[in-house]
Order: sequence, then structure tokens, then C-alpha cells
Amino acid sequence: MGEWGEMASELSIMGRLQEADPGRGRPARPSIVQVANPAISTKNVNARYGAFLALRDVSISAPHGEITAIIGPSGCGKSTLLRSLNRINDLIPSFTLEGEVILNDQNVYAPDVDVASLRRRVGMLFQRPAPFPMSIYDNVVYSLRLDGRQTKSTLDDAVERCLQQTALWDEVKDRLKAAATGLSGGQQQRLCLARTLAAGSDVILMDEPCAALDPISTLRIEELMRELRGTVTIIIVTHNLQQAARVSDYTAFMLMGEGRAGELVELGRTDDVFKEPVDKRTEDYITGRFG
Amino acid sequence: MTQLALGTPGFRNRAALRRRRAKSAVLVGLLTGAVVVAVGVLAWVLIYVAIQGIGALNLGFLTQTPPGNPAAAGGGFYNGIVGSLIIVGIAALMAIPLGIGAAIYLVEYGRGRFSGTIRFFNDVLIGIPTIVTGAFIYAIWVTRFGFSGFAGSLALAIVMLPLVTRTTEEMLRLVPNELREGSLALGATRSQTVMRVCIPTALPGIITGAMLAVARAMGETAPLLLTTLGNELFTEYNPTRRMSTLSLQIFDNAVTGFQEGQARAWAGALTLIAIVLIFTFVARFFGRRVRTSNA
Repeated sequence: MGEWGEMASELSIMGRLQEADPGRGRPARPSIVQVANPAISTKNVNARYGAFLALRDVSISAPHGEITAIIGPSGCGKSTLLRSLNRINDLIPSFTLEGEVILNDQNVYAPDVDVASLRRRVGMLFQRPAPFPMSIYDNVVYSLRLDGRQTKSTLDDAVERCLQQTALWDEVKDRLKAAATGLSGGQQQRLCLARTLAAGSDVILMDEPCAALDPISTLRIEELMRELRGTVTIIIVTHNLQQAARVSDYTAFMLMGEGRAGELVELGRTDDVFKEPVDKRTEDYITGRFG
Repeated sequence: MTQLALGTPGFRNRAALRRRRAKSAVLVGLLTGAVVVAVGVLAWVLIYVAIQGIGALNLGFLTQTPPGNPAAAGGGFYNGIVGSLIIVGIAALMAIPLGIGAAIYLVEYGRGRFSGTIRFFNDVLIGIPTIVTGAFIYAIWVTRFGFSGFAGSLALAIVMLPLVTRTTEEMLRLVPNELREGSLALGATRSQTVMRVCIPTALPGIITGAMLAVARAMGETAPLLLTTLGNELFTEYNPTRRMSTLSLQIFDNAVTGFQEGQARAWAGALTLIAIVLIFTFVARFFGRRVRTSNA
């Protein structure tokens, strides 16, 4: 029996030794996995608000038809990165960006890019669901009508298809002409998703889409995300680590570096990142040691 | 004693609790008093005008011109009603689109120092006494082209413009930024976003603001004295000539000192209030209709 006790104590010492040496026991993957054939990616992006560097040298890629979660503590540049991808941050006058954001082998920051059509391909869901103060129907077909008049059947088809896709059809099919603002928060967010799908987006950026929703609505959105996998590429910023672990295929971890500039620390398959993070800082964050 | 059970130290002191409650009661009392006084004065004015005016207000008042002799009873303000509607109508056609346009620029496009300057001058313009506006139009227009309804419209447009700009600006600022971003993120251009989302969302407020400006212009008297001068004799439909307005007729009849004239002035005041009220209701009704249908 004494032998067993000795062995046990030896093992625990070994375990402690392993923990003390960050080089040992860590997986041999690179901390930032390169995805083959990404739907959208950034190359050495530096983003600034005025003189403040918000993103430093971020190169991230999101695989086609899969869900990439971006996690990290507040102020680490997650939202800035996300909002750079469809150039919605251009609305902020002091915002400038160096480097490239590549969609279909094209730099979306190239001078000849039509921002409106870029944004139609790269849709976005915001933290607070913001349906337009119009009917449910008009919300869904908003983007279609931007091109001018459409036949009723085109619009009707789009409404039914997109509301089906977002599991709203059965809930609202009898009141398509009712004000969208009368829907519940979760329904509103699904309507916003339907609106984005109607625009023909194949990349959808989600900026904490469930932060304002109750747990059940959150689960419904997550279900939808998984159903959309394969047809659209989703990049989701979330504060909720469980959500990232539940819903995503890939996880990116960002952190404030020198001068409070956001940096990409790790990117890999979600299972790998959560179970065997390469970087010590990722492990600290995921295990709740800070952040 | 339930306060004790909460165990919050602040609630143990019953004297302190009483003081807090007393303070709270005093504040609620003051606020209630303020509301009662504010609404009370308004109701008093309305009721007083209604009582004074209803006696002389009849179909004849709305369809006849004033009698040649101000001491005579009867007659009406038909020419003033026509003049007010035409002059304010022309002023509104000039000021409302311009004011809304300026506000859209300031909120949706304007940045930096230029729009800040514009906003400042707009606020200054709101504060300019309207008699000064009248004197300005007198100097640059009336001295060349003479008194006319249109000169009055110009003066009233200058009175209305900063009000429309200001209220529209406030209303557009209330449109949540999420709606703008939501629209742009769907591939809308800036102008599409403004026309399809921002304006419809702010429309009820914009209409209310425009109606406030119309109501203000309806009641203006001073600038009209210097621009359209008035026309007590007959009904003038041509805005290039001297016209009467309700406000001018109220003024003229009130200062005659004859009871009959004063009765007409009261009836005119009641008519003015009624016209403004009707306008406001109609505009609000349509504002709501537009919003829910395009919407």
C-alpha cells in the first residue's frame, strides 16, 4: 500500500512539473491555424480610431460555410474586427484601416469596391435587434426593394423562403402586415436574420446577437446558426464562452496587447482551442483565470 | 419594523426614514403643482377665449368681411381667414421643405465645424424677435415691391425655418443608430437609408414640429404689419397685393375700443385656435397613416 502512495505522490509531482513548464504537454499545432479556401479573411490588418490603434496585425480567416466565433475580453477589438469586414465602421469618421480584407480574392478596401453590394453579400446582425418600423413583410424585402420595383411574386417568395429559413414563418404568416416592432426580442432578431438572408448574404457577421435575448431565444438563434451551416459562413462575436463552444466550428481568441491594441492570439478548431489551447493566455482566459 | 428585518443600516434610523419620506412627498407635491399651474393656465386661456369668442362666432363671421364702420356689429373675418391660409401656406411651402432638408443634412451628412456653425446660427435665428424679421423684409422687399401677401410669406418663412430645422433635427437624432446601421448593412446607400428608414421613423415628430411652426406663423402679427400691412376692405386672393390676416384683424379690431370690434377680435382669436387645432389633428392623422402604410 505504501508503494501506491509513493507512486501517487510522484505522479502528482510530475503533473505539477508539467504545469510549471509551458513548453511541455502543449499540442504541436500552430497557434493560428491557416484555413484552406476561406470565405473571408484579413491580412495584416491594423485598424485605428484617430491615433488609437485598435487592431494590430490581425490576420484571420473564416472557413466556408462554417461558424467562426471570436472571443476575448471587453475592448480587445472583436467588434472592430467584425465591423471592418463589411466596412460598416467606415461610418465612424476617425476610422482608418491598413492591410487587406479579402472576400473572393478581392480586397474589399480597394478603391473601386462598391460598398453597398459588399454589404449585401456580407450581412450583419447587431446586439440589439433593430427591425425597421415597418411591417414584417416590408422588413424582409427591404433590401430587394432597394433595387427598384419588384414583382409581387418575387417578394412573396422571398418573404416565405427567408421566414421559413429563420423558423418564423409559422409564427407570423398570418400577420405579415403587422408592425415588426410588435414582435418579441427573439423574433425580432430572427426577423433581422431573415432580412439579411433575403439580401442574399453568404457571409453573416453577428455582433453578440444574443446579448439582449433570453436563454430560450438564444438557443433558437443558435439552432438557426447550425441549420444555416453549409449555406452561409457565419462569424460571431460573443462574450459567452459556452455559446462559442456550443455553436462554433472554429474559435478565434483575441486579447489586448501593447498599447491596448487588439491582437489575434489563437485561432483553431473550437474543440482544440477549448480543450487544448496552444497559447497560455488562451488557456487562462478559457479557464476563467481572467477576463 | 420590517425595515429592521432588511438589516440595511440606513433604514434603522426611523427619523432619517421619515425625513426622506417627507422630502419625497414635498418634491412630488411641487411637481404636481407645476403641472397643475402649467395646464391650468393653458386651459384658462382656451376656455376664456372660447367663452368670449363663441358669442360673435357664427356662419356670417366665417363668410363675411368686416363692416366699414368698426363700431357696427356683425360682419366677419373671411378676408383674414383667406389671407392667413394663403400667406402661411406659401410660407410653409418655402420653410418646411427647406428646414427638413437642412436638418437632414445636419444630422445625416453634416460633420465638423461647418454644421456646428449652421446649428449655432439656426439657434440664433430662433431667438430673433419677429418684428426684426419683419423690418428686414420691409427693407429688402417692401421698399422695392410694396406691401403684399407674399412679402408676409417671406417674413413668416424666416420665422418658421429655424423652428422646422430644429425640431426635425431633434427628431432625426432620436432615430436609433441601429436602424441606420441595419439599413446600410443590407446594402442601402446613405440616401436610401435616409429616405426609407430615417424619415419615416421620425415622421410623426417632424410633422408635429412643422405644425408647431405653422401655428406660430398663424399667430404672428408684428412682421405682417411691416410686410402685408392688412386689408380691411375686401377679400384679396392675390398674394402680390395687400392682404389681411386673422392676426392683423384681431389686432385691428381689439384696439378699436368698440365693444362690437372687440367681440369680433375674440371670435377671430377662437377661429385662429380652431384652425391651428384642426391642422394639427389632420397632420398627425396623415403622419400616422403614411408611417403605417409605407411601413
